[in-house]
Amino acid sequence: MNLNYLDFEQPIAELEAKIEELRFMGNDSELNLSDEIATLQEKSKSLTDSIFKSLKPWQIAQLARHPLRPYTLDYIEHMFTGFEELHGDRAYADDHPIVGGLARLDDIPVMIIGHQKGRDTAEKVKRNFGMPRPEGYRKALRLMKMAERFRLPILTFIDTPGAYPGLGAEERGQSEAIARNLLEMAELKVPIICTVIGEGGSGGALAIGVGDRINMLQYSTYSVISPEGCASILWKSAEKSPEAAEAMGITSDRLKDLGLIDNIIEEPTGGAHRDHAKIAKTLKISLKETLELLMEIPLDRLLENRYEKFLEFGNFQEE
Amino acid sequence: MSSENVSSWFRKLLPSISTDGASKKTVPEGLWEKCPSCSAVLYRVELEKNLEVCPKCDHHLRITARKRLEAFFDDDSMKEIAEKIKPVDALKFKDSKKYKDRLIAAQKASGEKDALITFQGHVNGVNLVAAAFDFRFMGGSMGSVVGEKFIRAAKVSLEKDIPLVCFSSSGGARMQEALFSLMQMAKTSAILGRLRKRGIPYISIMTDPTMGGVSASLAMLGDINVAEPNALVGFAGPRVIEQTVREKLPEGFQRSEFLLEHGAIDMIIPRHQMRDRISNILSMLKKPI
Repeated sequence: MNLNYLDFEQPIAELEAKIEELRFMGNDSELNLSDEIATLQEKSKSLTDSIFKSLKPWQIAQLARHPLRPYTLDYIEHMFTGFEELHGDRAYADDHPIVGGLARLDDIPVMIIGHQKGRDTAEKVKRNFGMPRPEGYRKALRLMKMAERFRLPILTFIDTPGAYPGLGAEERGQSEAIARNLLEMAELKVPIICTVIGEGGSGGALAIGVGDRINMLQYSTYSVISPEGCASILWKSAEKSPEAAEAMGITSDRLKDLGLIDNIIEEPTGGAHRDHAKIAKTLKISLKETLELLMEIPLDRLLENRYEKFLEFGNFQEE
Repeated sequence: MSSENVSSWFRKLLPSISTDGASKKTVPEGLWEKCPSCSAVLYRVELEKNLEVCPKCDHHLRITARKRLEAFFDDDSMKEIAEKIKPVDALKFKDSKKYKDRLIAAQKASGEKDALITFQGHVNGVNLVAAAFDFRFMGGSMGSVVGEKFIRAAKVSLEKDIPLVCFSSSGGARMQEALFSLMQMAKTSAILGRLRKRGIPYISIMTDPTMGGVSASLAMLGDINVAEPNALVGFAGPRVIEQTVREKLPEGFQRSEFLLEHGAIDMIIPRHQMRDRISNILSMLKKPI
């Protein structure tokens, strides 16, 4: 089993392995296998298309957490120039599950803030598996306030299983750190665009997720609790995660229909991890378009729109 | 007389009262209640009169939202805000039970339409708006109705230029409303920003328990953060933390006294002093109207 493929992608993995084998044989002998290889490649593409056309929310949750999926620093590398990372909350520590700094989006200087996961074991530990502690959220707030002072638009990249549930995090006020960001982001006097690039895990995601526009990558997820958490509480069994994912509606298309997000960024065939450069290009075009639009809106109007947007979220009856 | 004898003698006298948890339900409803802290068997009527505070050990038991606010406000001064707002099941959410059925059951059990009630009234003559969570209603979880009622209450504060007080008691966000419930955190926090800008005081009073999304939004954003004694307040639940760090949590972790020690709250106020202390604070922040 190829570990870079998820379980529902195994038929694709098998085809790709066969193609690889034929290529190897072709190199090795006088046989011309290029026609056969082309046929198989065509087949692999159409198989991928058909599998990805009818993905279930639980499968999308797997894609959103794919170990090769681009993370914030990957997008920074592909989309921006002149990145200068800024560190620390000035009070306690520099929390590595959140990165931030100054960069240019073509000619526009911006402040970038994003969750950061790690790819190998050492990096995963350093990034605390993408789960920020209060000092991470306070660093984010410090950078956002700085962006406001220097009139820099803010771009956030959301990708976290959630805020870290640990002793120290509680002692240092995890709840307060998240709550404060929600309040402050609602009134920051610069345009804010938030993009869910992988996992949008609950309050830990929302803490850098209040903005003028909320984007989601096609195969990212955004939810109040992980499918596993929801399943183990409501179904009393983590095995019911697929059901929980379905019930909560955690996918970009469902959340767009519900009016909870503004924009879906289409991913390359097979998911963002198959082509980092391509997804970065698509996202960059979208961010630039949106940013130019937001920068045209008078500040008072922008802030009033943002406030109204969040105040209107909810379903209820009044008689 | 050994303690065993005492209990067997007691059991004979009052066959329905037992110290083991399994037969707890056989206590005739509304007559006796055991204090979960000191195990004293208390007369229900007395406990109610004492605002659900154990007269023996001062343990604060949970109190319903309505009783809490009735005790908080001056007599006959209360006017309910947004009482007609009701929950809907927009996602047609179903786990082992339908959300719709859970709502009906919670409404029946609590007599409330959802987990938050909101009032305007006077406390020792101070005109204010107060909201209270009802933990009996699906664990006081925050869904769309809680968020909407909270902002309606805050809007009355803004219109009338009077302080806002919120008693929270909640397990966090309401999973059955999925991302809509998460967004209530942003919604309630956004309006608190408006109160700040206008210089209208907001006092948050955290009662047992105040966790998750409620703690990480409206509950921690008070100009003054207050907790009742020994309330469990935090972001992640103790069980989740224990599973993550794989160690036993220290005694008193995430309790009010722990929060005070770590600088998260301004003070702990016992329930009996709540009216006087809150109205005293507000009278210094804002002239009584």
